[in-house]
Amino acid sequence: MIIARVVGQVVATRKHPSHEGRKILLVQPLTPEGQERGDAVLALDWVGAGEGERVLVVAEGWSAMTSVERPSSPIDTAVVGVIDSIDLAPD
Amino acid sequence: MMLARVVGRVWATAKEPSLEGRTLLVLQPVTPGGADKGRKLVAVDAVGAGAGETVYWCRGRESHFPFLPGEVPTDATVVGIVDSITP
Repeated sequence: MIIARVVGQVVATRKHPSHEGRKILLVQPLTPEGQERGDAVLALDWVGAGEGERVLVVAEGWSAMTSVERPSSPIDTAVVGVIDSIDLAPD
Repeated sequence: MMLARVVGRVWATAKEPSLEGRTLLVLQPVTPGGADKGRKLVAVDAVGAGAGETVYWCRGRESHFPFLPGEVPTDATVVGIVDSITP
């Protein structure tokens, strides 16, 4: 799983039925320290995350799909948690 | 999933039988702001997307699921047509 920040949302009327009823969030991957890393991707929301929140994102297909209880669906990335805090051991 | 713009189609007469009747789209990945980013790729269409439209696509093994029970050999599939992106 990766850490990301919700930076937006995509609206799509025509989409695969397995994506109905869930938000499609634009999430920017972050390092655990909070710096942006790589490009923003789209993730199906499973927890009701909102813009600006740090979230836990499953970014491998099989686990993403099964984690959102929609097996056999074309979902490769999903938001599965809203992060309250991250404790990092000091260097 | 990732954003892209449809920039073309691929035609192939000789192909794997389960690809018969499928539309092969050429995608240019784009940023949320709409700028081109990265290499173009070919994806199978699952939603009826056409040239010029902004779409989102799924990668990897999961991209064949829209075609079940068929076993379409694809690693990228267009699964939605984007109406709008906020902010």
